[in-house]
Amino acid sequence: MSIASLIDYRRLTMKLLHAHSSDAMPTAGSSLRRWGPVLLAAVVWWLLYSGNRPFWNRVVFDAVGMDPASHWGEAVHFFFYDISKIALLLSGVIFLVTVLRSFMSVERTRALLGGRREGIGNAAAAGLGVVTPFCSCSAVPVFMGFVAAGVPLGVTLSFLIASPMVNEVAIVLLFGLFGWEVTALYIAFGLLIAIVAGTVLGRLHLERWVEPFVFETKLRGKQIDPSKGLSWDDRLPMGREEVVSILRKVWPYLLVGIGVGAVIHGWAPEAWFADHATGPFGVPIAVGLGVPLYSNAAGVMPLVEVLHDKGVPMGTLLAFMMSVVALSLPEMILLRRVLKPKLIATYIGVVATGILLTGLLFNIIL
Amino acid sequence: MDIKILGSGCVNCQNLETNTRAALTSLGRDADVEKVTDPGEIVSWGVMSTPALVIDDEVVLSGRVPSVAQLTEILAGR
Repeated sequence: MSIASLIDYRRLTMKLLHAHSSDAMPTAGSSLRRWGPVLLAAVVWWLLYSGNRPFWNRVVFDAVGMDPASHWGEAVHFFFYDISKIALLLSGVIFLVTVLRSFMSVERTRALLGGRREGIGNAAAAGLGVVTPFCSCSAVPVFMGFVAAGVPLGVTLSFLIASPMVNEVAIVLLFGLFGWEVTALYIAFGLLIAIVAGTVLGRLHLERWVEPFVFETKLRGKQIDPSKGLSWDDRLPMGREEVVSILRKVWPYLLVGIGVGAVIHGWAPEAWFADHATGPFGVPIAVGLGVPLYSNAAGVMPLVEVLHDKGVPMGTLLAFMMSVVALSLPEMILLRRVLKPKLIATYIGVVATGILLTGLLFNIIL
Repeated sequence: MDIKILGSGCVNCQNLETNTRAALTSLGRDADVEKVTDPGEIVSWGVMSTPALVIDDEVVLSGRVPSVAQLTEILAGR
């Protein structure tokens, strides 16, 4: 990056600060202290990301002397190259997304959804599910808070389906590995499934399968919107802390995913996949495996990447990924406190059917 | 002073409790810190983003874990 663009960047951040900061006018020194590390991290990130492949080529093939054409050479190179790439992509994206999302909150989303009818409400809920910061550990208070505030059941479920399904980690990894067309289809169909599934579940009038105490909950007390009253000095550390906490949470999944991916990459014969994975049962099998499997986008993506290289169709792979991330056993166990088993089973059934149809459709159009 | 930590028992809820106790110690104040884990009760406070901090029956923050220094400031002002 040149000196001129550095200075431009400084001017831009100064402008942003003047526009947003509610406290006293920041001096040049304070904004440099705030944004300097962010800028430095961005430059280091870019250098690492663009030098990743040449670096591991040199280490694995030149320094260690493994043969790029051998099974071991391919597998070892894939393991280190992929783990570095995914860790870099994850850190960059989680930081950006967390800082941007700190302007949103479930409280603000609930206020936007209150009083909306089904249909438009489901679409709004799915869209807001993507941009609202939401951890599946607070699925129960969010569900109860929405329902107690009068948000219709189907609209609430659209939010709960979209939030894990269309997540930032999946979006960025898909974009980094497969380009924007696949990513755009993923987002569009993820939203569509959330809208349609929420509408269907709303039409079925399943309120009788919600634990009765949910409807008896009264809201009292002053509401606090966590997105308000934050300065950049609060938002930037939030981004950093989230990167650390997510990487700490996903690294075992990532290691297992990349390890299995490396083995497939090095040894699994392409002919076997070409014969067995392209048939009409590929998508149902993918969904059947994906629903009970508990992992996350970061753990699944290395598998998706190598299976794609081996010739498994993209629709089958996207259906697999969607079913892994959208339906997770721990979230269902949490939701059991407020939803009766029949509603949970219907919820899983409707969402899985949506994913199945999406996978089949993708295999036709992609 | 009566302090409640609202949260389902996730890592952040424990962090909020630890930081709150540290802030109380640094102020040399003694308070009753109670953990509320029942989702019904959490929601009835109007809270959806956990963890949340309730001081003397008033929700003062929700959805994040402030530093010990920030908590000390919040507690000192009450």
